[in-house]
Amino acid sequence: MVATQAASASPAPHSPPATTKVSARKVNLWYGEKQALFDVELDVYENEVTAFIGPSGCGKSTFLRCLNRMNDTIAICRIQGDIRLDGQDIYDKGIDVVQLRARVGMVFQKPNPFPKSIYDNVAYGPRIHGLAANKAELDEIVETSLRGAALWNEVADRLDQPGLGLSGGQQQRLCIARAIAVSPEVILMDEPCSALDPIATAHVEELIEELRDRYTIIIVTHNMQQAARVSQRTAFFHLGKLIELSPTDRIFTSPEHQMTQDYITGRFG
Amino acid sequence: MIDAEDFPGTRGVDPNWATSDAAQARLRRRRAADRRLWALGIGAVAIAMGLLLILLGSIVTASWTAWTQTSIRLDVTIPADKVNPEDPFRARYGSFVDQSLADLFPLIDTPAGERELRSMVSNGSQFFVRDAVVADPALIGRTFSIWVPAADPIDQLHKGVIDRDLPANRRNVNDAQIDIYDQLVDEGRLQSTFNWTLFTAADSRFPELAGLQGALWGSFYLLLVCFLISFPTGIAAAIYLEEFAPKNRFTDIIEVNINNLAAVPSIVFGLLGLAVFLQVFGLPRSAPLVGGMVLSLMTLPTIIIATRAALKQVPPSIREAALGIGASRLQTVTHHVLPLAMPGILTGTIIGLAQALGEAAPLLLIGMNAFITAAPDSMLSPSTALPTQIFIWFDSPERGFVARTSAAILVLLGFLVVMNATAVFLRQRFQIKW
Repeated sequence: MVATQAASASPAPHSPPATTKVSARKVNLWYGEKQALFDVELDVYENEVTAFIGPSGCGKSTFLRCLNRMNDTIAICRIQGDIRLDGQDIYDKGIDVVQLRARVGMVFQKPNPFPKSIYDNVAYGPRIHGLAANKAELDEIVETSLRGAALWNEVADRLDQPGLGLSGGQQQRLCIARAIAVSPEVILMDEPCSALDPIATAHVEELIEELRDRYTIIIVTHNMQQAARVSQRTAFFHLGKLIELSPTDRIFTSPEHQMTQDYITGRFG
Repeated sequence: MIDAEDFPGTRGVDPNWATSDAAQARLRRRRAADRRLWALGIGAVAIAMGLLLILLGSIVTASWTAWTQTSIRLDVTIPADKVNPEDPFRARYGSFVDQSLADLFPLIDTPAGERELRSMVSNGSQFFVRDAVVADPALIGRTFSIWVPAADPIDQLHKGVIDRDLPANRRNVNDAQIDIYDQLVDEGRLQSTFNWTLFTAADSRFPELAGLQGALWGSFYLLLVCFLISFPTGIAAAIYLEEFAPKNRFTDIIEVNINNLAAVPSIVFGLLGLAVFLQVFGLPRSAPLVGGMVLSLMTLPTIIIATRAALKQVPPSIREAALGIGASRLQTVTHHVLPLAMPGILTGTIIGLAQALGEAAPLLLIGMNAFITAAPDSMLSPSTALPTQIFIWFDSPERGFVARTSAAILVLLGFLVVMNATAVFLRQRFQIKW
């Protein structure tokens, strides 16, 4: 059943020819003395959902955080290699990390809305990036983003209520609305459903499927069914190395590597 | 199923060990130990509360007589020929007061007797009369009733602090004064009212004229300077250390030194202020500006440490959320982290300022224990502060200052309680639960 779902999700109109949105070459990363990533090379295609799977500590989240340079905030983290967004090196001296993060949005494992109103949560990004000329435009961005995150109908009448008052699943969709409010090109999702119950998870997964039309999505997940349900291509990481990156239907039916096979059949992980 | 054979350690244990006598004895010992700990804890709290009550009780009792002031009603005649209506400020009002006393007691005509008479009212009485005349020049040429403060020994006699039954050589009011006093009481010329002077006057040599106004203003200016210096500096330093500084040997040294600074005895900061602010910078002695600068040295580490703790309390997920949508590090701090840390920062600041308010030692070294009879009108004019005023009064021999010292301590304690209560309130009210 898993395989058929994934198979139905991957064919046209998103099958090749796909344009490469993000490409990584020979990415090595160290936390102090300990190397966490080894020569990771992969391409992420536009308007696709790419899932990163692998056992805990395999480096999938670490690699994800390289893509919007969130690892910059960790003092002992050192990174080597080449990561390009639309062919442009994101670790180039000329790149402004603030602008990069506006282009590459992020949704975190635990819903982390600001302790402000729902409206202000969504409006914060557009405000600091100057995306709205006036209140009316800002209102419109907030509404579009909340609709985009499939949350509008639930919160339209209480935009001034605190974001922390929402349920866990709603909070996570609020965080997604906050991320898409600055019109990013890529959205990174770091285990976005791991703190949610099954119903909230289903909501978020439906949302991811809808968002794929407009954004390139990379999702880290522990849940292989989830990877199978939402992604077109899946990358399997193990011990800091990228083992395999294949179309999702193929990786769950006939993976190239024995290790991938062992992991998805539950022999380790 | 767990097989006992798999756990060799459990082999040979009596299955009914929990009900054995030895186990019961162990249980009793454990319960007795629990009870002893409980009793010790209650005892310690009781001792602490008891000592606090004794302290407060003794201060309140000692201050009791300072809250009222005895005054004497005089009928003062202002001779029209001795006061210039154009300039009523300059006249010999002392002689008018003496005259009104002499009129009350026509039988007393010896120089010694007149001296006793004059010693009944405060030395400052003439100024009360003067102020009344200046306020209403129509009084010139007329006789009017006015309440003037009784001199300190009479005040103490009236309050019963001085025991009239003691032998004359062991009390500082003599028999002649007691006779005059009795007569004044009989005529209804004595009254006891709330001692507003305590708050409306600055220091004085005479207890009945002394008040805390100068010290209150001095302390206000001190805290203002202290706050203006240490609050922004402390927050800036804490933000840098917590949010921006790289973790290396250099920042480690800074951190250790800030913690050490918090442990430096305050008198050392006073020496520093004396050596640097007064000697090198040449700032004026006894000025609240200098006092505030010295106190801010003391408050700074407290604020830095409290601010860093408050910043640490803000969950990292908030910083990630802000950075993740492209806020700069400065925006992350000013828009999100700092507002969330503000209740903790304010609490730490208020506690730091409360410490500064109660500090006497560093102020003594920069001359804020001077005898100053006017409230400061700027940060540069000489002044005292509440703790140093207490120190000065405590050192004064007059009977009236004993009670006033305790009253001043209560005023200081009152401010400290209010400040600490504000800190607690802020902490309770604005704390965000994550």
